[in-house]
Amino acid sequence: MDDMYRDYILDHYKNPRNQGELEGATNSYSDSNPLCGDEISMALRIDGDRVADVRFNGKGCAISQASASILTEEIKGKTLDEVKAIDRDHILENLGIPISPARIKCALLSLKTLKGAAWGLPAWPGEDEAKARSAG
Amino acid sequence: MAVTVKTGTEVRSPLDVAKIRADFPILSRAVNGKPVVYLDNAATSQKPRQVIGAMRAVFEEYNANIHRGVYEFSEQTTAAFEGARAKVARFIGAHDDREVIFVRNATEGVNLVAYTWGRENIRSGDRIISTVLEHHSDFVPWQQLAKDVGAQIVMIDVDDDGRLRREQLSAEIKKGAKLLAITHTSNGLGTVNPVKEIVAEARAAGATVLVDAAQAVPHTPVDVTDLDCDFLVFSGHKMLAPPGSGGVWGRIGLLERMRPFLFGGDMISRVTVEKTEWNELPWKFEAGTSSYVDAIGLGAAVDYLEAVGVANIHDHELSLVAYLLPRLSEIPGVEVYGPKTLDDRVGVVSFNIEGIHPHDVATIFDREGVCVRAGHHCNQLLMTRLGVAATTRASFYLYNTTDECDALLGAIDRAKKVFKV
Repeated sequence: MDDMYRDYILDHYKNPRNQGELEGATNSYSDSNPLCGDEISMALRIDGDRVADVRFNGKGCAISQASASILTEEIKGKTLDEVKAIDRDHILENLGIPISPARIKCALLSLKTLKGAAWGLPAWPGEDEAKARSAG
Repeated sequence: MAVTVKTGTEVRSPLDVAKIRADFPILSRAVNGKPVVYLDNAATSQKPRQVIGAMRAVFEEYNANIHRGVYEFSEQTTAAFEGARAKVARFIGAHDDREVIFVRNATEGVNLVAYTWGRENIRSGDRIISTVLEHHSDFVPWQQLAKDVGAQIVMIDVDDDGRLRREQLSAEIKKGAKLLAITHTSNGLGTVNPVKEIVAEARAAGATVLVDAAQAVPHTPVDVTDLDCDFLVFSGHKMLAPPGSGGVWGRIGLLERMRPFLFGGDMISRVTVEKTEWNELPWKFEAGTSSYVDAIGLGAAVDYLEAVGVANIHDHELSLVAYLLPRLSEIPGVEVYGPKTLDDRVGVVSFNIEGIHPHDVATIFDREGVCVRAGHHCNQLLMTRLGVAATTRASFYLYNTTDECDALLGAIDRAKKVFKV
């Protein structure tokens, strides 16, 4: 029961990591999920080939906001190649909860926003993963 | 006189709900191991076996294309289709069956009027009055038309309870407008507008008036002759009929002067290489093979609604609002949007739980078998006005019960426990 709202998810929702503005951001992007009205904006400071720092702001459901919080924790300090390897399945695995089809976009908005910020190629992960990858 | 609903306010339902529920096979299903509690009727309604049976009978007994064949099946299908039109016309108080055009839904109905009457009559500089209560289907077509021809959209606001600002509307009507496109009943909040007096005011000032009655025709008696509007649109799927059925009602004089919306088969009387003459009303507006089985289903839905009585359905919904509203308002952290009284409203209750996004609310409700809508309800202008991104919406119909209100209240409790708020 309510395995979708495990403490891990609610903790990231209520206490989001890396939330706020980023001084000296090199890349930023905002996006929304038209169905739910979830909103996420993400700012990166890319130093050489590495994500030196990241912040996000957003409002929306627990799944979308927890997903963004978890993702920012993961990419901080990673190389762009490593970040590029993060795909839909990876995000869903990281969340570690069963996501119903109607809520998939909530979970993936963070990754879509990250791709928009890093490469200017926002695409719903899975729909256009290949395009984003080849354009790196 | 406004009645603020308090706990203990009891309003008796005139309906035999157990008998009605037995007509809806889907209501005996379970969701996630719990009996389904269907509270998303403003999105679409469930269908009684009488409607399902009428549609199955077409396919199993006499299906053939309408208006074409000279054999028995085609004549029988045509008679059922045109019979459904007559039922719908009577149901909404139309004088003439030819004033009822079958369309897929209210959205298509608004587009039909926007693309025909709108494009022929609305010019650069003209004013179109709209309201923040409009569903996107009665706003976006006019917004786009205004952009194309250089007309101006004038928006009417609501007060904090979601009631239209009447003085503002009157003032704007006085300034003159080519069109007033107004919803009869808000799908987001359940507010019923005083449409009759508004229509009289707007028409006296020279405006043409389109009424979006998608949320009204299923829930409250609607009579186009009494309303005296120019156009009225509604959807069948919200009134026990299948998706793909719906109607536009228009004054016959207006419809006769309008050019067709879609061109093709069945809407013509004579075609030559040089020109085409249009069919008579209403078929001038029904190009191609109509969704005739859906229309026949709509006719059966009208029979069902007339047998129960739409006024009784309205009273039943209000009895549920009277039960739910005070109990809901007493829950800490719950904010209710829209009218707080029982007058001029239908059984739509929109709310939020502090600290939980409506989509999370709806997901947790789903585990309890409770189906509600969470989101902007195709009402982004209204959500902006209310200062929220989304709400959770419970909407009633003739088969809902106070036990189901209790299930909703229990699900709210569950959601608050899960989110620890």
